[in-house]
Amino acid sequence: MLKASSSRSILRTSVSSGLSRSKLKLSASFATVADPPVRRYGGLKDQDRIFTNLFCKHDHGLKGAQSRGDWHKTKDILLKGDSWIIQTIKDSGLRGRGGAGFPSGLKWSFMNKPGWEKDPRPRYLVINADEGEPGTCKDREILRGDPHKLIEGCLVAGRGMNATAAYIYIRGEFYQEASHVQQAIHEAYAAGLLGKDACGSGYSFDVYLHRGAGAYICGEETALIESLEGKQGKPRLKPPFPADVGLFGCPTTVANVETVAVAPTICRRGGSWFAGFGRERNQGTKLFCISGHVNNPCVVEEEMSIPLKELVEKHCGGVTGGWDNLLGIIPGGSSVPVLPINTCAEVLMDYDSLKDAQSGLGTGAVIVMDKSTDIVAAISRFAQFYKHESCGQCTPCREGTTWMMNMMDRMVQGRSHSREIDMLLELSKQIEGRTICALGDAAAWPIQGLMRHFRPVVEERIARFRVDNGPVAFGGQLVNELDKTFAIPDNMGAHLPEVNPRT
Amino acid sequence: MLARLPRRLPIQAFQARRPLSTTLQRKSDALFVHRDTPYNNPKIAFEFDAETMKRANEIISHYPPQYKKAAVIPLLDLGQRQNKGWTSISVMNYVAKLLEMPPMRVYEVATFYTMFNREPIGTNFVQVCTTTPCMLRGSTDILNTTLQHLGGIKPGQTTKDGKFTVVEVECQGACSNAPMIVVGDDYYEDLTPETTRKILDAFAKGEKPKPGPQSGRFTSENSAGLTTLTTKPYGPGEFCLPEFS
Repeated sequence: MLKASSSRSILRTSVSSGLSRSKLKLSASFATVADPPVRRYGGLKDQDRIFTNLFCKHDHGLKGAQSRGDWHKTKDILLKGDSWIIQTIKDSGLRGRGGAGFPSGLKWSFMNKPGWEKDPRPRYLVINADEGEPGTCKDREILRGDPHKLIEGCLVAGRGMNATAAYIYIRGEFYQEASHVQQAIHEAYAAGLLGKDACGSGYSFDVYLHRGAGAYICGEETALIESLEGKQGKPRLKPPFPADVGLFGCPTTVANVETVAVAPTICRRGGSWFAGFGRERNQGTKLFCISGHVNNPCVVEEEMSIPLKELVEKHCGGVTGGWDNLLGIIPGGSSVPVLPINTCAEVLMDYDSLKDAQSGLGTGAVIVMDKSTDIVAAISRFAQFYKHESCGQCTPCREGTTWMMNMMDRMVQGRSHSREIDMLLELSKQIEGRTICALGDAAAWPIQGLMRHFRPVVEERIARFRVDNGPVAFGGQLVNELDKTFAIPDNMGAHLPEVNPRT
Repeated sequence: MLARLPRRLPIQAFQARRPLSTTLQRKSDALFVHRDTPYNNPKIAFEFDAETMKRANEIISHYPPQYKKAAVIPLLDLGQRQNKGWTSISVMNYVAKLLEMPPMRVYEVATFYTMFNREPIGTNFVQVCTTTPCMLRGSTDILNTTLQHLGGIKPGQTTKDGKFTVVEVECQGACSNAPMIVVGDDYYEDLTPETTRKILDAFAKGEKPKPGPQSGRFTSENSAGLTTLTTKPYGPGEFCLPEFS
């Protein structure tokens, strides 16, 4: 687009060269089109923050919650009916905050298929409070600081999808958080806000708390349903989708804590208010939890599309040792690839921008790593995590995570052949997309991200180990330790020259 | 999970060694198979006491009557609490009987979830998180400090006096407060080696130190001063649509 300065120069040159009058007019009219002002995101005001008791500074009980605006005219929201609630959520542009980012209004509307009234089965809303993704600690703050926002959210979202009951599946380790939520449920029942004739609206709704027992995989929606049914948390094949056959064989929707907890505030303040934050298709406010090498790690509610650099510098006191000391940032919890420093300076914290940077928003868990980090060891620890948490149902994931862990463990030392980097990548590609749930993908992506941006680090480490210890065969055995009396297959790489792609 | 392997392999494992092979069989069944021992066999009686039974009935009532087995995880947890922090075979059998489900379905659940300890543990169950966000903030130091301070035990072991069991665990979901340990049900966050020692000393004396961040901050706010939520929270109906204000 032409800028004002350039138009002046065009004018000057065109006059001097004696161009026709019409052409001059044309270029002048182009030049008058002003650039739209660049919108900066971030800098959310306190009055627009939804979670006002994020740091547990105030009373988390019913009285405190009501003084902060919870349970205010909930009856009116319920009486507006299911289609109004779902339309408001659709208008707000809210996308699921648990990682996948599916539009919430659309997801909730799947429960109200034509003719749902004729279905005699009960209908369930299940809240996924099994927060276990490394780096993520946002739902915990909601559960202990603002449990009534969640309970009210259950009621509003439950009304939207005409559910009969909600189960809150909270991870077993969150004992204090579970007791806060249980207290909130008791208070809500005692005040007539839940149960038969909830809030006096004539709508009957129950909320139950269910504590898990320590399994990351139960954060996957079908695994969570299995676990809630009292089985091992092994994901189910879809279809049938939970909206058709879910918990106890009934229509079910699983939603993240944050998604549900923001619903009542959106209904009260209007969808357009929420949609006013963030970029198109990435609207709203979001809890970000920043951990790792920052001066003051914290959990903070900010506008979507806030630049990553601003988020870290404004709310966390910057990277330890200054921004230039940054090595890389994992922007959305352990399952998304790491970003190198130059990308970190540019990306915005929203679904689309991070996707364009070949990473993802995930749960909004920012893990910052400065230059003192052994990045290979950090990613290798994730590989261990996924190995530990794989449920063992699908072969590619069960075997693959173990293989990847073993290979990554060796690469931390450098004890491998440089060709094994590509083998590892191929292995990760063989896991990705070949499993029932996304744990296989989640295990593969951090390693792919490492190799995409930090491959030279791994190569250098392998080369150094080779200099110190001599050649290494595939699988990590030192060639000079091989027993020469055995016939060693030729494809073990023992006598391959080292490959150096840069020469 | 491997950290919880019993230190001594059962005698059968040695007898079953194949004569031609020099490597010991990797018996992952130490994780999943029950072998009767004097302290853990089906003959040891177990029953919920009255208080637990009341809570169990309350929990069972949350689920549809034909799906009583949905209560298996919370009930095993209750059983574990009553049984000094570990889930013996008797606890599993009792829960199976109570929920009218095949015992095998309970064993499946008890072996799948990491919070069920199938071996006895010490009075204080110390879980040290070592996943990457904690690792970046120095959880390796915390783990080493803990192990050294408790007399040089290894992860998965119990101290000789039976006061502490230490295990390494995966992410506990308190990453902005890393590094952290869990003792019993309580989170101790923002640790340094010194505060870790202090906490362990207090537990050794039978006291219960204050849970939460040990660095002086309250929860997960910015420790250098609040950057958000500095004003008084808005009240009911403020900034809402006219019909809800």
